[in-house]
Amino acid sequence: MILLYIILIPVIGALLSWLVSARSAALCRWIALGSLLLDFAIVTGIWINQGTAGSGWLYNWQAPWIPQFGITLHLAMDGLSLVMLVLTFFLGALSVLVSWNEIKSRTGFFHFNLLFVITGIAGVFLTMDLFLFYFFWEVMLIPMYFLIGIWGHERREYAAYKFFIFTQAGGLLMLLAILGLYFVHAANTGVYTFNYFDLLHTPMARSLAQWLMLGFLTAFVVKLPAVPFHTWLPDAHTEAPTAGSVILAGLLLKTGAYGILRFVLPLFPAAAQEFAPWAMLLGVAGILYGGQLAFAQPDFKRLVAYTSVSHMGFVLLGAFAFNEVAYQGVVMQMITHGISTGALFMLAGVLYERIHTRELSRMGGLWPVLPAMGTVTMIFVMASLGLPGLGNFIAEFLILVGSWQANKPMTVLAAVGLVVATVYSLRIMQKVFFGQTERQFGLPDLGFREWVMLAPLVLVIIWLGVYPKPVLKTITNEQERVTNVERSDSSLVIRTAQNIIP
Amino acid sequence: MTFDDLLSLGPLLNICGAAVIAMLLVAIWRNHRLVYYFTLLAYALALASVVPVAKLLPHIIAPLVVIDMFALFNSGAIVGSGLIIVLLSYNYFEEREERKEEYYLLLLLATAGALVLVISRHFMSLFLGLEMLSISLYGLIAYLRARQRSDEAGIKYLILAAISSAFLLFGMALVYGFTGHMDFPGIGAYLQRTGTVPLPVVAGFGLMLIGIGFKLGIVPFHMWAPDIYEGAPLPVAAFVATISKGGVLVVLIRFFQDVNGTQYTMLWWILAITAVASMFVGNWLALTQQNIKRMLAYSSIAHLGYLLVAFLAGKQSGLEAIAFYLVAYFPTSIGAFGVLIVMSSSVQDAETAEDYRGLFWRYPWVALAFTVMLLSLAGIPLTAGFIGKFYIVMAGADGNRWFLLLMLAINSVIGLYYYIRIVAMMFRTTEAPQRTFIKPSLPLAGNITLGLVVLLLVGLGVYPTAMMQLIQQMMTLIK
Repeated sequence: MILLYIILIPVIGALLSWLVSARSAALCRWIALGSLLLDFAIVTGIWINQGTAGSGWLYNWQAPWIPQFGITLHLAMDGLSLVMLVLTFFLGALSVLVSWNEIKSRTGFFHFNLLFVITGIAGVFLTMDLFLFYFFWEVMLIPMYFLIGIWGHERREYAAYKFFIFTQAGGLLMLLAILGLYFVHAANTGVYTFNYFDLLHTPMARSLAQWLMLGFLTAFVVKLPAVPFHTWLPDAHTEAPTAGSVILAGLLLKTGAYGILRFVLPLFPAAAQEFAPWAMLLGVAGILYGGQLAFAQPDFKRLVAYTSVSHMGFVLLGAFAFNEVAYQGVVMQMITHGISTGALFMLAGVLYERIHTRELSRMGGLWPVLPAMGTVTMIFVMASLGLPGLGNFIAEFLILVGSWQANKPMTVLAAVGLVVATVYSLRIMQKVFFGQTERQFGLPDLGFREWVMLAPLVLVIIWLGVYPKPVLKTITNEQERVTNVERSDSSLVIRTAQNIIP
Repeated sequence: MTFDDLLSLGPLLNICGAAVIAMLLVAIWRNHRLVYYFTLLAYALALASVVPVAKLLPHIIAPLVVIDMFALFNSGAIVGSGLIIVLLSYNYFEEREERKEEYYLLLLLATAGALVLVISRHFMSLFLGLEMLSISLYGLIAYLRARQRSDEAGIKYLILAAISSAFLLFGMALVYGFTGHMDFPGIGAYLQRTGTVPLPVVAGFGLMLIGIGFKLGIVPFHMWAPDIYEGAPLPVAAFVATISKGGVLVVLIRFFQDVNGTQYTMLWWILAITAVASMFVGNWLALTQQNIKRMLAYSSIAHLGYLLVAFLAGKQSGLEAIAFYLVAYFPTSIGAFGVLIVMSSSVQDAETAEDYRGLFWRYPWVALAFTVMLLSLAGIPLTAGFIGKFYIVMAGADGNRWFLLLMLAINSVIGLYYYIRIVAMMFRTTEAPQRTFIKPSLPLAGNITLGLVVLLLVGLGVYPTAMMQLIQQMMTLIK
């Protein structure tokens, strides 16, 4: 039942905050923040207690919904879901904070949409029924569309459309694939069900499995996004309000990665294995191409948006490497990218509130004026380029170690991507904080609220870089089941790494 | 005629009787409110009289009509939709027309025509029903005589409907001439016996398909739809979009089933091509429409295409999907027109997309209702339209019609664009343009009706189980 509450709390929060917004905008913000913090407390509580609970599924809850079709309200939580949920509510709460001063019009409806997106995302991470999964997958879209379309920047409507139509198109292909799987399963076993666990070992013809796998994969790589399908992302990220960008980059993209890990690989192991070289190629193409495009962007948010394309390439690369190390790297990458990119978007928003531009060419020389902000930005830029000691390094390192075993040429190319990352990341610092000052800015440095939202991010990214074991341990349980690889923990990971790199 | 016969025709008799009484009422005392309440009562009674019929099923009144589960279910859907349309009509006509009483008379007659269609199993009853429906519609479409486009629409519909009826009749004559039967099962049995379909019968089917296709508004017989929707009074447009098309679709399904249409690949292919063409043309032309009535017209063409996909699946689940889709689509479509009705003033219909700019910030409740309708049309979760579309896709997958499903998926995405465009328009902030918006009438009855429709749509979207159970019990056609 607790899983249901986790999903219901933001729904109730959404309705409440809309209702009270007519009275008081501040109260509405507090309600939104409160409901997300409550959820955050619940999932963190689960995480802390889970250490003793052992491996496997922590919670499992089921209730009939549409029995005629074998559709159930089936929610379950394992390590992967748990970690993703912690990230979801953490970033969710921060995105309420970040919009505290930015969103002045229609606060009620804004927070309604914000909380609803988070509900959808939490649902995606929790559901174990494929119909329900598609349902939540779609539920995420509409409020996100509103967030971009109403509170975004100049070209918001174009961006909102593009986002909506791309993801919806992918989603429909996934729906066809889900139904295909449903009927194949029914034809083989006579049982009509959308239950994930029942569908897991559906025997099917090779070519059919490939088609179905492609259906799922399309939806996920559009969301991820991988290279040919990435064009919605820079527009959506750039035009969205800061909170929208944080949610998009930090959470929405992760649902694509989560989908690959949770559905594509376990449901179609053989087909995925056959497709792996192509998927890895897409991943590498994303890393390099995204990085190159990021370097060329004149717009701060757009630059950060393209870095997401590049970083998500690593996810695709690692997910299709089919080994434990890469797997852990992928999950780490999901979390650390959520944090570092979310933070960069927040910084872009904070900066925008002060100088009202996103043009890199109109910034420069801000360090003397905003030393604190400069320091924080420096930390996340370093995280983004993969500096050891920060979370992203662990993630990308693990992915490369893992993919080396699977595909050497691809790994070499992906490693080149780290150089590209250095180039574009440093460009941010150079353009924004160093160099010549065109104008004499008199700007306030980070305020209390801004410290409250940025300090936890800094702490977490350092924590993940120095001591990632709790996360790795939590998700290891998950992988045992999914990939049937022998048990390993982070110490084994390090050992494997040592074997490969002398 | 036995008592059971009469009882099983309950909904039809109710509506027919009401039409006669309404005529007399108008002759005795011309009063809008009186006729309105009377019509409401008639629809409510007809809806209630659906219930006792369930015990008698299936019931054949040879040779003309058959009342089976399928027919009864659709009768209920038709009468229910008619009730909603009547609820939305009062203010619309009260504000516009001096002679508003006959509208109800014609509406009752048209409904009676649709009710005949859903129970017909014979060319005679088919044609009678169809003509009753069409002739009432001529009057209904041109009802607001003072308007220019209303006349145009009426004449257009008159001419095209008459031509299509001629095609239908000729087709029937050919089929009758060579098979010697006018009842559907008879034709089916004849074709079964001979094993081949003689060429004139093929031609007859083709000609009939033209007639039926026109009424359904599927490509390439769709040209009339946008003009009619634009010119007709809004409640009538809602009627054309739902009841009139639904009735004809039901008769098509029954005919197809009775003549074992699934055996004739030729027939299947013709319908498949029409379905795909309807989806693409409908959605494509809707893309750039600035007039919401025209957009709804094109979107209804596309929706007929979706329905045909379920139909072509050729499975029991396909029938269920059609039934569910109609249950979802009727209120959605009527609700969308209902929003237009509520938002229109007595001088001008709120029909261009511009009229809805920033509606959410002016009339949040109406905008929210409209958003729900549009999202339901687009098939987004939490609405009935989503479950309906899902049901169709499911039926198609069940029948292994992957190509058609792919087309449907592509079209859903295209369709999304123009529905979302309207939604975006409503949520757009109205800063600059100093334009005056139509001052909506916002009648109370209309608002309440919209509220009910929204509840129904969301209810079906969140908890479709009960409706599905009902449909699975009901969807049995008898031969």
